[in-house]
Amino acid sequence: MSTALLHVDKLYCERDDRILFEDLSFAINAGEVIQVEGQNGSGKTTLLRILSGLSNHYEGDIFWKGSLLSTVQDDFRRELLYFGHHPGVKAVLTPEENLHWYAAMHPSIDGKKIAMALEQVGLRGFEDSPCHTLSAGQNRRVSLARLYLTSAKLWILDEPFTAIDKKGVAQKEQLILDHAANGGSVILTTHHELAISEKVRRFNLDELAGT
Amino acid sequence: MGRIVTNESANSEASSVLSLFGAVLKRDLMLAYRKKSDLFNPLIFFLMVATLFPLGVSPEPDFLAQIAPGVVWVAALLATLLSMESVFKSDFEDGTLEQTLLSPQPLFVIVLAKVLAHWMMSGLPLTLLAPLLAVMLFLPAEGMSGLMLSLLIGTPTLSLVGAIGAALTVGLRKGGVLISLLVLPLYIPVLIFGTSAVQAAVTGLPLAGFFALLGAILALGLVLAPLAISAALRISVSG
Amino acid sequence: MSEKKNWMPRWFYQLASPRWSYEIMGKLLPGFAVAAFLFLIAGTVWALLFAPPEAYQGNSYRIIYIHVPSALLAQSCYMMMAIAGAIGLIWKMKVADMVAKSCAPIGATMAVLALATGAIWGKPTWGSWWVWDARLTSMLILLFLYLGVIALYSAIENEAMAAKSAAVLALVGLVNIPIIKYSVDWWNTLHQPATFKLTERPAMVPEMWLPLLVMVIGFYCFFAVSLMMRTRNEILVRERRASWVKELVEKQ
Repeated sequence: MSTALLHVDKLYCERDDRILFEDLSFAINAGEVIQVEGQNGSGKTTLLRILSGLSNHYEGDIFWKGSLLSTVQDDFRRELLYFGHHPGVKAVLTPEENLHWYAAMHPSIDGKKIAMALEQVGLRGFEDSPCHTLSAGQNRRVSLARLYLTSAKLWILDEPFTAIDKKGVAQKEQLILDHAANGGSVILTTHHELAISEKVRRFNLDELAGT
Repeated sequence: MGRIVTNESANSEASSVLSLFGAVLKRDLMLAYRKKSDLFNPLIFFLMVATLFPLGVSPEPDFLAQIAPGVVWVAALLATLLSMESVFKSDFEDGTLEQTLLSPQPLFVIVLAKVLAHWMMSGLPLTLLAPLLAVMLFLPAEGMSGLMLSLLIGTPTLSLVGAIGAALTVGLRKGGVLISLLVLPLYIPVLIFGTSAVQAAVTGLPLAGFFALLGAILALGLVLAPLAISAALRISVSG
Repeated sequence: MSEKKNWMPRWFYQLASPRWSYEIMGKLLPGFAVAAFLFLIAGTVWALLFAPPEAYQGNSYRIIYIHVPSALLAQSCYMMMAIAGAIGLIWKMKVADMVAKSCAPIGATMAVLALATGAIWGKPTWGSWWVWDARLTSMLILLFLYLGVIALYSAIENEAMAAKSAAVLALVGLVNIPIIKYSVDWWNTLHQPATFKLTERPAMVPEMWLPLLVMVIGFYCFFAVSLMMRTRNEILVRERRASWVKELVEKQ
């Protein structure tokens, strides 16, 4: 077996007396896009937070490039881009300042191309407006602009398309495919019908749940 | 890992840590500058608490002069506590705290920069405002330098220890009161040495010992508190 | 993480199993309960009836037979809570978390008992119910530290998170206790003219300290009993979904 990028072995997680998943094992190889499906409350967000290393309320093992995740966390974080429920955008800062902060925090993000990325996500002309004057969709675009800047290998995207218009979604889907074609991997959840679904591996948490 | 750290790589590592520290500090100061109410509220509170004592106890100058060191220090302590909740709260709510914890950069440095920014926006202005309160409370002029210096060395410790409480309660809806419960007992040594320094200054006793003690506590806090804050943040965000 | 566990003794990992801990504590409980009962009865009778009266305070000093053991226990209980919390944090050991959680209310109760007996003792000795004595003040702050930990436990709903947060707080408190103690002692000498101190009396004769020793041992045994009962309870609540707990409940 060639070493998978991320390998999950017998993952078990319960929340408030309910088993979200047990005996969950899967692997993500370079160049793969995986869509996690399931009803509301099936544990999609919890799974993504566990995979990103934010949550450690689980039993079982997660391996990054063959070594236990907890032992290689810094290497893992260097190659991770996480997009969570909250977009991670400061309301009183401008889109540009927000992205500069990301570049300082995450060396994988290239601070020199910020103007280009903001143009790509349709925020040209808003560089200097504080984010609280922008719409919810625009705020999420600020955070999604990271996808144009990052050299991270693994993208974990939790509902990236919420409040994004059709054209924006199509652009991001293409971006995801390009990333996979370059040997990157993506794990995402979304309620949108993906236009690129034939290239996406899916798995459904409802079928895996212990109940 | 038998990694040989050459001089050059050590230098570049140090400079990248410094630039990270600077970036975080700059961002937090900018945030505070753009949201000025967070900046002024604790200062106004500081003034108000000190006003309560002449009204509630006695306006007698001799009496006030006697309690002035304690009143100013207690007011500073409460004002710091009041400002503490905001250190991590907004970052937690908008998701930037998650992104911070996912950064491969050393969390110790990030946390230290955030606490320094908080101190520059709370402890430092409190220290600068303290002479005004001291005058209102008839603190003898000899005590002024002791008051300013003790606040200058003592308030950073208050910020460091308070940030532990803030980090532990950041995920809770009603964190404000809880922070005070967790943190106030831990503030007692700083309060004792701080007020004693002012009293010693008033009576003309040597001060160096108090500042050494306050400095020692600060040094210990600088080394240990960021560890506790980091651990607490990871726990709070994991829920 | 299984590969790095080898250097710890086997019983340490058995402790990690809630079921094993539950059973071993069940076996230890009766012994400690009998010991606590015997030591406490013997100590009380000895202290009240046979120990000689003190030269200056007469019979009122006899309250130390409760005051001193409860104060000692309040302090060691905090240490135990912090250490158990640290073990829970580092080795992700559930039982250690439960022990730490069980320590908090016992320690707080002991601190209250020490404060109350100190206050009662203060009345005949100093003529007032409360004196800002260094030891009493330190004990009061220790009680505050306990109350903070308990408040944090009850504020966080998720049990695992509550245990970890409280462990961090307890460790921060443990580092602070010596500093608090030093600062309070120092503050006390500054503000109080040298008066009669609670525990700084001329050396006690063996007839006095032997019953005290018996009481201290009795208190520790009682602490062990109470801690094990609480921890067993906690194990049952937290492991309520495990099959062995269900079997156990059905048997009763």
